Amino acid sequence: MVDAALIGWSRAQFALTACYHWLFVPLTLGLAVIMAVMETLYVVRKDDFWKRTARFWQKIFGINFAVGIATGIILEFEFGTNWSNYSWFVGDIFGAPLAIEGIFAFFMEATFVAVMFFGWDKVGKKFHLASTWLTGIGASISALWILVANGWMQHPVGMEFNPDTVRHEMTDFWAVVSNPVAVTKFFHSVLSGWMTGAIVVIGISCWYLLRKRDVRFARSSIKVASIVGIVGTLAVMFTGDGSAVHVARYQPMKLAAAEGLEDGGTRAPFSIVPGVEIPGMLSFLATHDIDGFVPGINDLLEGYVTPEGVAGLSAEEKIARGDAALDAFRQYRETRDTNPEAAAEARKILEQNVDYFGYGYIKDKEDLVPDVWLVYWPFRIMVGLGCLLLLLMVLVLWFEHKNRIEQMRWLQMASMVSIPLVYIAGQAGWIVAEVGRQPWAIQDLLPVNAAVSSLDKGAVMTTFFIFVAVFTLFLAIEIRIMLNAIRKGPEKGPEDAVAGE
Amino acid sequence: MFEYGFLQQYWWFIISLLGGLLVFLMFVQGGNALIFLAGKDDRQRQMIVNSTGRKWEFTFTTLVTFGGAFFASFPLFYSTSFGGAFWVWILILLTFVLQAVSYEFQTKAGNLLGKNTFRVFLTINGCLAPLLIGTAVGTFFTGSDFIVDKAAAGDSLAPVISSWGSGWHGLEAVADIRNVLLGLALMFLAATLGCLYMTANIDDDALETNLRKSLLWTSSGFVVFFVAFVLAILLSEGYAVDGSGTVYMEKYKYWHNLIQMPAVLVIFLVGTVSVLYGIIRTLAGRSYRRGIWWTGTGTVLAVMAVFMIAGYNGTAYYPSSADLQSSLTIANSCSSEFTLKVMTYVSFIIPVVLAYIVYAWWSMDRKPITTSEIENTTDKY
Repeated sequence: MVDAALIGWSRAQFALTACYHWLFVPLTLGLAVIMAVMETLYVVRKDDFWKRTARFWQKIFGINFAVGIATGIILEFEFGTNWSNYSWFVGDIFGAPLAIEGIFAFFMEATFVAVMFFGWDKVGKKFHLASTWLTGIGASISALWILVANGWMQHPVGMEFNPDTVRHEMTDFWAVVSNPVAVTKFFHSVLSGWMTGAIVVIGISCWYLLRKRDVRFARSSIKVASIVGIVGTLAVMFTGDGSAVHVARYQPMKLAAAEGLEDGGTRAPFSIVPGVEIPGMLSFLATHDIDGFVPGINDLLEGYVTPEGVAGLSAEEKIARGDAALDAFRQYRETRDTNPEAAAEARKILEQNVDYFGYGYIKDKEDLVPDVWLVYWPFRIMVGLGCLLLLLMVLVLWFEHKNRIEQMRWLQMASMVSIPLVYIAGQAGWIVAEVGRQPWAIQDLLPVNAAVSSLDKGAVMTTFFIFVAVFTLFLAIEIRIMLNAIRKGPEKGPEDAVAGE
Repeated sequence: MFEYGFLQQYWWFIISLLGGLLVFLMFVQGGNALIFLAGKDDRQRQMIVNSTGRKWEFTFTTLVTFGGAFFASFPLFYSTSFGGAFWVWILILLTFVLQAVSYEFQTKAGNLLGKNTFRVFLTINGCLAPLLIGTAVGTFFTGSDFIVDKAAAGDSLAPVISSWGSGWHGLEAVADIRNVLLGLALMFLAATLGCLYMTANIDDDALETNLRKSLLWTSSGFVVFFVAFVLAILLSEGYAVDGSGTVYMEKYKYWHNLIQMPAVLVIFLVGTVSVLYGIIRTLAGRSYRRGIWWTGTGTVLAVMAVFMIAGYNGTAYYPSSADLQSSLTIANSCSSEFTLKVMTYVSFIIPVVLAYIVYAWWSMDRKPITTSEIENTTDKY
């Protein structure tokens, strides 16, 4: 019997690493675009002011970048260390995007980030500019491949189960890459990084405005960041809408949990907070039809039939099919060398039930329901903060455009306060995505209790606390160094010397 | 176009190549191991970290890609070794985590721990990472304590495919001296490469004198431990696989591999000679600074040959000493034919990647680092 505490600690460790990783990555993705735009302005306009501006944000980028790498390497290897069964069971599909990520994206990032940091006096302007862009493009491509992998876990496609090798094997690479869940997830996640970068740049710039220093630098930074941020946020909203449709189609339990929807139906209401609902809104969001049917948690457990006559299996039926699949699998393994006929029969039964393979490891149907509050509330936090931050960026851009941003002290304060909010929104988004799909490591095919490594829970616990200590220390140091760099401010140009006299 | 057997061999070749490149790039670790030994004062130490610090991302990325490529092409290794030899891999990762932030943080105001703490972190990674990786790779020849039972997936209560026997979860590898010999050889090789790289990359007389002195003992250490490891392995029993996939012990297996695969023998010899040539010429010629390219190329070749000896010619590359038939071979641990084929097409991009790396490297390193450069630029660690 797999120890429940081992599963809990393994999940905690992975969640910890992923959450920390996502503290650093979005800023990398967003700042990369913002500073590349700034450096482009320097090269096009030949104005050294933009060079100093880009260089300041590159310094912030650099402080943040290393910790993102440090947490990223742990994530990659944790698939092996903590989820070894998973690594074999789906490594045939899951490993490929990870390898491609390394070959295509990480080397691009690694090569050009060094040119960006150290190459100002060593390479030409254009090569340097290209390096800055390529660093950002490399970061985005690396996000693409890991999100292809994640999208596949949420909605596995392009593979079939092979009982001889005991794993899923890829049959259609293009289906894996063009998985609609992966494509939406990529844009949703990467563009949320633009939001993060924009809010951080705006927040820091507003600190300068409050202090009435480096005003031109701050206002120019605000202008670039708010445009990048607004574009990013609108796209995040658009892809969020697509994401809702995918979740409704492929992970209905996640949607039901995110809405706290016990009993579904047509014209399902959208819950703003408990007790406040918009009738029909959930149906519209999930199916783009106000009369669309959305199953609730109980429907998914007990089974349901939509008005169109489409039946949804009950949890018990799914578990029974999962058991049948596992039985047939065992039968096949026992007879394949001795009794080909029996093996062929077993294989047939396995193939008929293979879509429910993972349910064979589920003992209690209640295990199929994720922690509702841990999906419901983060979802509201994510959406609410997203709207709020969009409003903030629109206001900032408006007042900047009207030349009144320097007088808007309340808006400057609000922008500074928004920096932690954008991080909370990003974390909340991942909590919805990952807690919402529990108990599945791979939707319907492999639950976490069948994915975990055979380890002593003490070992996982120990490393969990080591990671807590190390990551928290790094975060504290990063914040301190950043605050120091911000206080110091951008390099001074000739016009600053004149202004200072 | 490609048949399954060929694809398996091809991917073992890619893993060998990545392994070779990774060890070469460990000049970063080797250089860091010498921060306090070769760097006699703060100025010299700063030169050292700025020299290795402009290349560390390559080593790191190669390590990550090595892991990713292993996952994609031989997932059963990923699953068995990482989940089993848990503590070894976690320790290796932790040292790399310490390293990743230490460059950026060390000289920044507000870094809490102070410059020297971060340099100690770099030194720890510089010594421990090659030592542990070498020790772990030693088990490719000496075996580990694990069992693989794929049918266990049918057990709905305990569906564990790979399980590790030893409660030490990988640390027990130090009990076999041959593993430790490879670990030490790798540690001294990395330091040797570090000396050679910095000799070429830094233009500073005082530091160069120290580096050349260090080179003498690091390379001597490398030669002693490497020769001891090679002899121990060639004289050992090895894990052989017959045509039906049955694993058995064969006396002098690795020696047989070497002589039965003349191409590998040639790669191994050319690599070894090239490693030694780079070291000896640098030690002999006071003005000679290009040793890193000889020794580096030789390292790539020699390490590739070591991996080829472990995996080709009917050999189990990740043997189980607990249950011979659980041993991993390139045939029983690899991905499906389809996945290997897709990955093979992907691998054709590697020359392009290498080309832009070489171009960027050349653009950045046209002039060696000097004291005046470090003093006059703000773009430094």
